[in-house]
Amino acid sequence: MEDQDYSPKSRRRFLQKFGSLGLGTLAVSAGLSESCTNPTKDQESGKKITLLNSKNELVEVDSAYISNLNKNLAPNHNSESRKGLPGKKFVLIVDLAKCKNARKCMDKCQAVHQLRPDQHHLNVLLMKDSEHTAPYYMPKHCQHCDNPPCVKVCPVDATFKRSDGIVLIDNERCIGCRFCIAACPYSARSFNWFEPKDAEKYKDVAYDIEKNVPQKKGTVTKCTFSADCLRDGKLPYCVSACPNGVYYFGNEYEDAVTNGTSGETVSLSELLAQNSAYRLMEDLGTAPSVYYLPPKDRTLIPEIEDTHS
Amino acid sequence: MTDLYRKEIEIKKEQFQDLVSDLNSPLNRTGSSFKIWIGFLLLLIAMAGFMYVRQLQQGLGTTDMRDIASWGLYISDFVFLIAVSLVGSLITAILKLSNVKWVTPLTRISEIIAVAALIAALLIIVVDMGRPDRLWHIFVHGRLQSPIVWDILVVNTYLVISILLLYIPLIPDLALLRKTMGHKPKWQQKMYKILSLGWQGTEEQLRIMNLSLTALMVIIIPVALSIHTVTSWLFASTLRPGWDSTIFGPYFVSGAFMVGAATVIVTMYVIMTNYNFKAYITDKHFDLMGKLLVLTSLVYLYFNLNEFMVPAYKMKSGESAHILGLLVGEYSVLFWSVQILGMILPILLMIIKPFRKPKPLMIISVVVIIGAFLKRFLIVTPTLLHPFLPVQNYPESYHHYNPTFSEIMITVGSFAGIMLIISLFIKLFPIIPVYETAHEKGFPNEIINNS
Repeated sequence: MEDQDYSPKSRRRFLQKFGSLGLGTLAVSAGLSESCTNPTKDQESGKKITLLNSKNELVEVDSAYISNLNKNLAPNHNSESRKGLPGKKFVLIVDLAKCKNARKCMDKCQAVHQLRPDQHHLNVLLMKDSEHTAPYYMPKHCQHCDNPPCVKVCPVDATFKRSDGIVLIDNERCIGCRFCIAACPYSARSFNWFEPKDAEKYKDVAYDIEKNVPQKKGTVTKCTFSADCLRDGKLPYCVSACPNGVYYFGNEYEDAVTNGTSGETVSLSELLAQNSAYRLMEDLGTAPSVYYLPPKDRTLIPEIEDTHS
Repeated sequence: MTDLYRKEIEIKKEQFQDLVSDLNSPLNRTGSSFKIWIGFLLLLIAMAGFMYVRQLQQGLGTTDMRDIASWGLYISDFVFLIAVSLVGSLITAILKLSNVKWVTPLTRISEIIAVAALIAALLIIVVDMGRPDRLWHIFVHGRLQSPIVWDILVVNTYLVISILLLYIPLIPDLALLRKTMGHKPKWQQKMYKILSLGWQGTEEQLRIMNLSLTALMVIIIPVALSIHTVTSWLFASTLRPGWDSTIFGPYFVSGAFMVGAATVIVTMYVIMTNYNFKAYITDKHFDLMGKLLVLTSLVYLYFNLNEFMVPAYKMKSGESAHILGLLVGEYSVLFWSVQILGMILPILLMIIKPFRKPKPLMIISVVVIIGAFLKRFLIVTPTLLHPFLPVQNYPESYHHYNPTFSEIMITVGSFAGIMLIISLFIKLFPIIPVYETAHEKGFPNEIINNS
């Protein structure tokens, strides 16, 4: 109520904001540093270009100093992937009221991450909280906890937490002890018990931490929040794949999340507050980055087989 | 007067020589049964090796472990072996420091069990790794906040101290072997010569030996408690129902003393009957070891009561699926067998004196060991099969864990490896300490040194 001007439609779309401003800022700084040493004074064209720098000031720069930057800001080295995107703290919101078990998210995730059918980075579970309540579907990702039990126990720093909140695994470092699987209360991790799917096909592909492909035999794998997409200013694969508008994704620092289906950007804090959002197993103190909006108006019949085990 | 004294010396010398040849008799025994036994163990180890190579090629999928039950027989075996190894410190340090004299003939047995079990434990943990080729990552990228790194540090420290506690009391015996084993192959004589470090039995050497032994016996007690406490933290440091417990440290340590005492009883029985050491390992030793086993079992029973009764009383959600699975569910038969046959019944029987005679006590100890192994399995697996969230969209087999032939053979191979180490040790070194026994029997040092 305090924010009178609030209107979701008038807000910039998260993607635009993330894409143009974020990339623009980066482009200036990276472009300048890259080209500063190259042109000399007499090579200047005299044509000035106005740019916004990282201090939020408009500056004029001679066009000779500008060089094209690869729009895909993929890290040159996997060590870059350990740092996290500056100024970001990613959150995922799952609106359980909208999930109809379409499983497009699961399919997309398994395809992108080269997973076998029994490996899940993302698993849509049929939940039944108590005997007389109606069941509902709950997509379950890695919760990208702020107090991650998996990261604590890793003996070799193979799984780590980035400044933008994402928990990743370096599968060129993982020793396959599976302590993280035992430690994760959300059962979010999977192991490559066999030679990964299509290992032959991908054997010459360079390993990418942010996408966590190609999968490697004898190592642990899990949801990456599609860190490769985020670097490119896109929404995660599962979020874009959902046909039912279940997922919102965004940056907590900007207090804005974008729905993967409608493209609508809304205020994170209002979405959470107005819908009684909760996190899974809050009492464990893991502080997840995934929020759930309660499954109201459940349509599933309660007689459905209880698959709790 | 001097003649009488000289005669007495001569008699003493003869008695000492009898003692030495008695205790060294396993080294001189010939016969094919030993070779057959070693061949059998090597066959088991070779089969385990073959299965391991297959596992390396195909991945850990050759086991029945999957994403839900992600630890299984190997980790159970690891915990079991660490538990067994704790007996080294119990017998050679805790009892020795308490001036318990009767344990002398058992010290070397318990110490070689400890060393062999630790070596097997370190190997089985590598077998459990998905990427053993990256073992070196632990040394390059190791992070101190991981209980695995603590475990590696304390287990290796314990191994080093255990080897020293095995080796240092052996030095005077090696010096004796150097003198008496002239008929043995060259390499063996050379080994005794090098390992005996020029031992002469001088006052100064004895002083250094006793001092270092006392120091090591004191140091090993906290290290021994740490190895099993830290191993228990591999589980207790997680949030899972069944593992999320604050008593896991003492619970594991008490269980370790129980299985360790049982292992020593079985080993000393085999050594006593096989090498006819009835004069050294007597009924009294079995009786006292039986009492020790009762004591350690009672302590373990107490911790079991705490570990299972309290959560069963509360039936907290999350815990309840796990507890019910053990008490009345999928694992109830195994659970109650382990509790009753592997702990309560042995305690009740061993309280009665006739059951502390060598043979019945040995049989009871075998049951205790089997129970202890299955207990480790019950600690590791059922918890993993009952995570917080439902197990869905997996093949049916993911809901259960039944070790494959490959896993079982590799685990059997780890036991065969322990028995191989102990068997070879008995063939090369006196398993009952010669010097210490002679010393306690009152032979003066000049006789021990000059014969």
